Amino acid sequence: MTPSTSSGTGLRRRRVKPRTIILSIVGILVALVWIFPVYWMVNSSLLSNVVLQDATPTFAPIGGSLANFFAVVGGGTFLPALGMSVVIAAIVVAFCLLFAFLAALAISRFRFRGRRGFVLAILFIQMLPAEGLFIAQYKLMSSIGLLNSVIGVSVLYVAAVVPFTIWMLRGFVAGIPLELEEAAMVDGLSRTQAFFRITFPLLAPGLIASGVYTFLQAWNEFTIALVVLPSDASQTLPLWLRGFIQASATHATDWGQVMAASTLVALPVIIFFLFVQGRMTSGLVSGAVKG
Amino acid sequence: MTALTSTRRTIRRRASKAPYVLILPAVAVLILAMGYPLVWQIITSTQQFGLSQQFGQPAPFVGVQNYVTLATDPYMWTVIGRSLLFCAACAGATMVVGALIALLMGAAPRGVRIAIQISLLLAWAMPVVAAMTVWNWLFNWRIGVVNWLLTSLGLPFRDHNWLEDPISFYAVALIIVVWMSVPFVAFSLYAALTQVSGEVLEAAQMDGASANQRFWSILVPVIRPVLSIVLLLQVIWDLRVFTQIKLLQDAGSVANETNLLGTYIFQLGTGSSNFGLASAVSIFVLVLTVAISAFYVRSMLKEDES
Repeated sequence: MTPSTSSGTGLRRRRVKPRTIILSIVGILVALVWIFPVYWMVNSSLLSNVVLQDATPTFAPIGGSLANFFAVVGGGTFLPALGMSVVIAAIVVAFCLLFAFLAALAISRFRFRGRRGFVLAILFIQMLPAEGLFIAQYKLMSSIGLLNSVIGVSVLYVAAVVPFTIWMLRGFVAGIPLELEEAAMVDGLSRTQAFFRITFPLLAPGLIASGVYTFLQAWNEFTIALVVLPSDASQTLPLWLRGFIQASATHATDWGQVMAASTLVALPVIIFFLFVQGRMTSGLVSGAVKG
Repeated sequence: MTALTSTRRTIRRRASKAPYVLILPAVAVLILAMGYPLVWQIITSTQQFGLSQQFGQPAPFVGVQNYVTLATDPYMWTVIGRSLLFCAACAGATMVVGALIALLMGAAPRGVRIAIQISLLLAWAMPVVAAMTVWNWLFNWRIGVVNWLLTSLGLPFRDHNWLEDPISFYAVALIIVVWMSVPFVAFSLYAALTQVSGEVLEAAQMDGASANQRFWSILVPVIRPVLSIVLLLQVIWDLRVFTQIKLLQDAGSVANETNLLGTYIFQLGTGSSNFGLASAVSIFVLVLTVAISAFYVRSMLKEDES
């Protein structure tokens, strides 16, 4: 507390801090802007409609309740949509992983004629926008009687996700040295045995990451679902949520319930997403980092 | 020696069928769900395929008539112009904001950096439809937080309807798209920036390079490959933007005044059953995407061959 100490800290503060303080303030503002919509969703979901209709917003869910969540779940339309989404996601994850795994094996373990063409094709297909094909896919599904069906939309989803999943798994399979398998074969295992006992267990993290990625795609997909699931009786969760937005254009909206509904849809996604985020970033740009 | 060679040959011969069997399921599902529709679309784009064909009438072949109709339709050019402008604005804004946040993450103290990372991750994780309901709520004309905030700051935004006017409709869409896309850009660029060695920057500083010079002559060249890939992906993704526009239209604006390519195809196809024209616009979008993607695919192939 002597004058000399205080001037010492003052000096250090002057030398380092102005820049750091400004950067910190800007950084915290950025963090607030990006988290605010997510916070606002959860906050509003806990507040009653009476509170939300007030001209002055309520910034913390003090005195809030889970009433909106009970109302949404008990509303009769949530559970069928949830069921639809879960079944579709399960089918898509299972088939997409199986198909992608086999194809990834082919392109990372074999050199064959047509390999380059296949790799080129999946890279281009992966970039194709759903909007460029959805009218034709709608006609396909209506001509074979698979509009509004779980099977129809699942087939389209598997095709949409399988190219990127192959690409993702290819990296994992290529990362496991063939020498491991060969060593096991020298020790007397057949090629198939060597693969299933040695390589497959090492692939588990890759399969889990790809599975989560596929789940997220199937769970969040909106565009294709909008086109091939036109009936209100066969809505997935994103289509069900869209119903609230449409209703808000003409009717008085209970925003607390809409936000509770959104929270229910977002929750599993946020949990799973945090889990695979790192791999998705590196998967998308790894070509650039290495090239 | 001879025995060994012959066994090898049989393994190779047997193995040579294996890869085709392995890719068969993936190829089959791609042909069914993408190949067949693509061929149908190319054929239909040369036919007059409207409501009567929906009810079983044969579709007459009209050659390039659908394409001519589109090329001479001023509305089509309006939609193309809007889409390109919107794409450029979104991709540009996303890149600039994402790069600034990446630099900020590099320079800010650890605690602040983690706060930024957590909030970016949460925003990134939001399912697009859930995010759209929240943004609709934020921009609600009567009791939304945005109007409340602007009114509190003394601006005339009480009961302002953002979605009525096309310009402010696109402004809202741009804010939403940028909010959703910035996390990916910021994380990718931040990862690239951390690979620039601090020693090089320090050495440059000692040699008298200004902050500006260090940025343009050291940081930018090192992160250029990541920068260009990320920009390319943004352009491709923003060109095809559909969900955000469609859901903002649903919330109460005039579709004709706010259509971009995706919603225009949707309106032509499922709205007015004009499948010939819808197919022609779809082909246009596909060709455009493939042309832009070629560069990205080339860089990914490089990785495959390494």
